[in-house]
Amino acid sequence: MKKVQVLGPGCPKCQQVAANVAEAAKAVRVEVEVEKVSKPMDIAKYGVMFTPGLAVEGEVVCAGRIPSVEEIKGWLEAEPATGPQK
Amino acid sequence: MSNSEKCSCQPSEVLLLPCSGGSNCAQIAHQAAVRLAQAGRGKFFCLAGIGGHVKGLIESAKAAKVLVAIDGCPTSCARKTLEHAELPPQIHLIVTELGIEKKSGYLDFSEDELALCRSKLEQELDAEVAHIPARG
Repeated sequence: MKKVQVLGPGCPKCQQVAANVAEAAKAVRVEVEVEKVSKPMDIAKYGVMFTPGLAVEGEVVCAGRIPSVEEIKGWLEAEPATGPQK
Repeated sequence: MSNSEKCSCQPSEVLLLPCSGGSNCAQIAHQAAVRLAQAGRGKFFCLAGIGGHVKGLIESAKAAKVLVAIDGCPTSCARKTLEHAELPPQIHLIVTELGIEKKSGYLDFSEDELALCRSKLEQELDAEVAHIPARG
């Protein structure tokens, strides 16, 4: 189970990121738990200045754009990073 | 939805990253960035966060179209910090190259010096932004 955080206020772009995560997870058969982080102060804790953003296991992988399904597949299949996150 | 849809979370096209160091020229760089941000010419961005490898800030900076490194002197710490993060700036200004003498540890400057720096940055921004394709 991988924890994925979608960072954004809940606009259509954020919803598209969540949809792409679901599609990518299904394609690579990785179980994911999606957390929607929508409060500005909570988003700021990730250092993200522009939404939508996406974090995998707490580590930001993109911000200010909608990542493609292919990109997300790569992040879901990657080994978890060691050391401090965010 | 497609990437072409607008939304309230559109990234800033222009990020302003002054070195904000310990000299008069670095403080001119800092204040010029403040004034440009206040005039709506870009977003003042956290260079320390880039240097600190804060992933969220680095990924946010990648979303901008124009990164403006504003250095007080040829040491070019702002430009080098961005380059270490694989974020080469589209615009790089060095305040001493405007003919302003660097005085380390001296933080005061004149309004004329600030106006000179700001004017040069505005010229560079006008030229650069003209080449940016409209965000889809």
